[in-house]
Formats: sequence, C-alpha cells, structure tokens
Amino acid sequence: MAVRELTYVKAYNEALHQVMRENEDVFVIGEDVAGYGGVFHMYDGLLAEFGDRRMIDTPISEMAIVGLGVGAASRGLRPVVDIMFMDFLAVCLDQVVNQAAKMKFMFGGEVRVPMVVTVAAGAGLSAGAQHSQSLETWLAHTPGLKVAMPSSAHDAKGLMVTAVRDDNPVIMMLNKKLLGAKGDVPEEVYAVPFGQAATLREGTDVTVVALGRMAVEAVAAAEQLAADGISAEVIDPRTVQPLDTETIADSARRTNRVVVVHEAVTFGGLGAEIAAQIQDVAFDHLDAPVMRVGAPFSPVPFSPVLENAYVPNRGSIADACRRILKRG
Amino acid sequence: MAKAGGTVTVAGEVPTVEGFGADEVLDLHRRMVRIRVFETEAGRLMETGLLPGFLHLYVGQEAVAAGAMATLTDADQITSTHRGHGHAVAKGANFRQMFAELFGRVDGYCHGRGGSMHINDLSIGMLGANGIVGAGLPIAVGAAFAGRYRSDGTIAMTFFGDGASNIGAFHEAANMAAVLNLPVVFVCENNGYAEFTPQARHMLLTDVADRAASYGMPSEICDGMDAVAVRQACQRAVDRARAGEGPTLVEAKTYRYYDHQGVKGLRIPYRTQEEIDAWKKRDAIELIEARAAAEGVVEPSAFQRVWDETRADAADAIAFAQASPEPDPSTVTRNVYSD
Repeated sequence: MAVRELTYVKAYNEALHQVMRENEDVFVIGEDVAGYGGVFHMYDGLLAEFGDRRMIDTPISEMAIVGLGVGAASRGLRPVVDIMFMDFLAVCLDQVVNQAAKMKFMFGGEVRVPMVVTVAAGAGLSAGAQHSQSLETWLAHTPGLKVAMPSSAHDAKGLMVTAVRDDNPVIMMLNKKLLGAKGDVPEEVYAVPFGQAATLREGTDVTVVALGRMAVEAVAAAEQLAADGISAEVIDPRTVQPLDTETIADSARRTNRVVVVHEAVTFGGLGAEIAAQIQDVAFDHLDAPVMRVGAPFSPVPFSPVLENAYVPNRGSIADACRRILKRG
Repeated sequence: MAKAGGTVTVAGEVPTVEGFGADEVLDLHRRMVRIRVFETEAGRLMETGLLPGFLHLYVGQEAVAAGAMATLTDADQITSTHRGHGHAVAKGANFRQMFAELFGRVDGYCHGRGGSMHINDLSIGMLGANGIVGAGLPIAVGAAFAGRYRSDGTIAMTFFGDGASNIGAFHEAANMAAVLNLPVVFVCENNGYAEFTPQARHMLLTDVADRAASYGMPSEICDGMDAVAVRQACQRAVDRARAGEGPTLVEAKTYRYYDHQGVKGLRIPYRTQEEIDAWKKRDAIELIEARAAAEGVVEPSAFQRVWDETRADAADAIAFAQASPEPDPSTVTRNVYSD
C-alpha cells in the first residue's frame, strides 16, 4: 500500500471520502458540515463530491440531529452525525443513551442502528470548561455504544472506516489537539478493528495504558524514561468500548506494573475500570497497585497555566512511572 | 384546508360518515375496537397483579390512532409514546406478541426485553413506543429523511401529547422537519393533561396547533373523539407529505378515560367525575356506531361481529402469552450489540 503523511483531520476526512464512495447509504449531517466543511475542516471537499443530498447542514438542534440519525439508521441508512464539541453531547444525550444505544436490545433484537457520532474532545486549547471535556466514561458505561479514541492519523482513518461499517452506534472521539498532527496513512481504504489495542512501544519495566492523545504523551514519556534506563511499554486501547483487556493484561503479566492515563477526571474514570480488570485477571503478577493518572476533580480550566497543570502530560506520566517503579 | 403557518379549526357540527363507505367505517371501527379490547384486557390483567411494570393505557383516545393509521401503508413509519399500545394495534400489530410482551415472555415483540413502553414491529413500520416523552419525534424525522433519501415514497407520522409539546425535542424536531421539508405528520393527541397536570397549568396556549406557526408549518385541529374527522385531517397532512410539501401538525382533542398509569393508579382526584363523564358521552366507538347505523351505512350486527371477533382474539392471545416461556436469565446480554 502506498503510504504518505497526512494530518489526523485529513486522515479522518479521507476515510469519509472513501466510505461514502463505497456505500451510497452513508451521509453526513450536522451544524456547518456541508457548506463550511466543519468547524475543524473535518468535512472539507465532501459537499463538492457528494452534493447536498448526502451532506446536510442543520439548525443548532443537537437532539434533533442525533434523533434524525437514529431514525435514519433504524431504516438502514448509515448516518455520520457531527456534534462538533463532545461537551454538546450533554444536550442530546437522550437520543444517544436512551434511544440509539438501547434500541436494538429493548426492541428485541430486530433493529440495527449503524450510526457514527463524531465529536471533538479533549483539552489543551484554552477552550474552557464547556468545550474541552473527555467524556468517554459516560459513553463506555452505556451498553449498546462503542467508543473509539484515535491517537494517530493512521487510526483516525482506520477507526472511522470501521465505525461507518459497524452496525452499532459508535462515538468517534477526535482529539482537538491532535487534528494537525501528521502521521503515515495508507492511501487505500483500510479498517482498524475495534477492541484491538495497539502496542505503540514495547518495554519490560512498566506498562502505560493511555487513551486518546495521552497515548502520544505516553510514548514521549517512554522516550524520556529510556534515557534513564527505564523500559516502558505503551498500550493504546484505541477503543474503550469494546476494551481489549487481553492485550493490557498480557503486558501487565510481563512488566508487573501498570499506569493508566487519561485526560478525563481520575474519579470514576476508565482508569478505575482498567485497574479493576487487570486485578481481576492478573493480580498475582502485580508488584504494585495499578496507578491512575488523570485530571483532578474539577471542570477543565481556561487559563493556559491552569490547563497545563490540569491535563496529564509526558512529564506527569514519566513521574508516575518512576513512582510506581519504587513500589513493591 | 391547512394553510402555511396557519391553523384551521374543525369544530361545531358533528361530521357525518358521509362519503365513507361501509368498508372504511368498519376499518376505523375495527381499529378502535381492537384498541379498546386490548387495553381493557391489559388493564384487567394489571389490576389482578398478573403483569409486571407500568401500563399507560389508551382507552378513550382510540379515534386518534384509528383515524391516523387509516391514512398510512405498512411501509410508512410511525413513532409512538409511552402510551403506545393504541398506535401499535391500529398500525396492525398482533395481539399475541403484544400480550406476550406485557407478560415479559419470550414470544413477545421484544422477547421480554422491552415491555409495554418498547413494543415495536418493523414489519409494519412501527418504530417503537418510547419511554421518554418527546423522544419519538426526532426519530420520526429521521425515518422520514430515510424515505426521501431513498425516494421510496414513504412518510413518517409521530404521535405525542400536549405535555410533550413543552419538551425541547418537539421544537427541535418540528423545526428540523420544516427546514428540511421532510414528509412528517406530527399528530398531537391533546388529552388535556401532562400526566396529572392540566393543560392550563403547563402551557398558556389553548391549542398546541398554534405552535406549528413558529416553524412555518401548517396545522389543523380536529375532534379527537371522531375517527372520521381525525382520518380526514390526517389524510390532508399525509397528502401534503407525499406531495413533497413538508410536515404538518394535526392536533386531535381527545381524552383518556383511565389514569396516567394503570386503570386507577393514583387516587388523587386531579380530574372530576363530571369531566370524565362528559367526555365518555362522546365516546368514539359509540359515536361511529350510532352515526353509521343512523345513516344506514353499516348494520349494527356488523359492529357486533367486530366486538366478538376481537374479544375472541384477545382471549386467544392472552392464553398464548401466559403459555409462553419466561426468558432464560443466561441470555440477558443478548442483542446489546449487532454482530
């Protein structure tokens, strides 16, 4: 496969171009997705190629946008619903959680809801408390939803292809701070399967499980640690629902120490779930309690100084690894 | 006729069944009787403690579902409410699977996973009752979108109450349907109460139909105790939708005889007996039977046959439901995801 460098957002955009060519049932709907191309240029060029039948601008009505997606998906179309900022899911969560997620189960299995809801998540841009959250825990906690968190351009494309082809509602969490990050992306259509973690770096002393953009920070932390003679393995789950517990536990059995990192607040976050799952299956292999690195229990602050202190980074991840190596 | 942004009130004189032949009258009558019998039996079963969970019964409002559904094909899509049995029955759902679902059994529409508030039948375009007030409206907009996307000629109809016209999903869905010019018919079943709160205390407008003007959507008010009037109003809205002229709001003024939940679920007297009796004097089924007989369109014996057949169908379905196995607890996570 021919490979070239693309930004994360262009890789996502290329996935849409390709899946819309392969399947007439795929359409995109949301605020400013067609004429403007999306506030982050996620949808550039799609209106020109696919026209306004398949690229639909809407009023600012998130409940109706997602609801339209649910209704269209239940009839076999494959809507890609753009909700712009992840925080805005709060105004349409009924359609996501009570309708899309549960419909198949509560209807007795007949219906399928092949819908993608794309959101821009994550802090680091001084966007404030209502435009910066990472809310994957809300969604991963809801049976019926799948949640993808690409950390690279490669996965932004490959996970999106899988998301559109999947017959379930999928929340596609693009990280705002990664939109311009470049990476190698094959030209052809390819699918990154859900529930298969990527081992971004192999190591022997400690395992770092990192979600979304934190995977990038974890790799950088591992490089810092290598200079100190510490060998860190970095695992990016890529999807948190389904979660590849197997790969994480295998690594834990080899390194005997695990640090879990996410941008979301630590309390009740996926770090707690991952820690619990590791101890369920690999407790006897652990030399120290699983450590969590996440945000403090506050909304995301605006000031760059406060926000830098709030979001985990390569430094705080490396520190956590050094601390866990001193235990046990 | 409905006008863009305007509301037409059909009031005063009781319309006749004139222009409707025996088949059409009997079709409306059969749909209403099937709802009445199903709901009466469901209420009876609940009061004897045989059914788990909640029941929001449709008795009294039969003319709305019957009149509305008579304008649709099986391929047309509907979304319903927590008070959804009537819509399912009128759209053609079968008693056996419905009763089995109320009992929570494997032969129910949802195999015991959904219950009263999630009965659906995709084969007849019934996209589900819904436990969340107002949630069916945006879903119907999506179903209509899919029909237009595929140019398959189907439309969507969504049912909601006066109470739901206060929730954001109604306003978002109405505006979305209007601005995208989608083939949706919004049928408001105004029964005068949002659960236990009378309309005068939950909105200042007398007519929900007035809200349509906010979205540039035509609307029409009809007598929700008269299946013929409902059918006529819905037919105009359906014709507009099929002609590509966009959504319409039809408000049917109606009344529920039973409590919000159950038959007499709550003993707080939020309604007067006089009010209930006054509405029952205009009972939709008695009305169509009396008028059709007076006008010589249908013989009373034909109506009686419908009652007899329906009661037999209900008895068969209840026996079927009670004989249906309980679900196996080891299968509880089935159908959370599609493969």
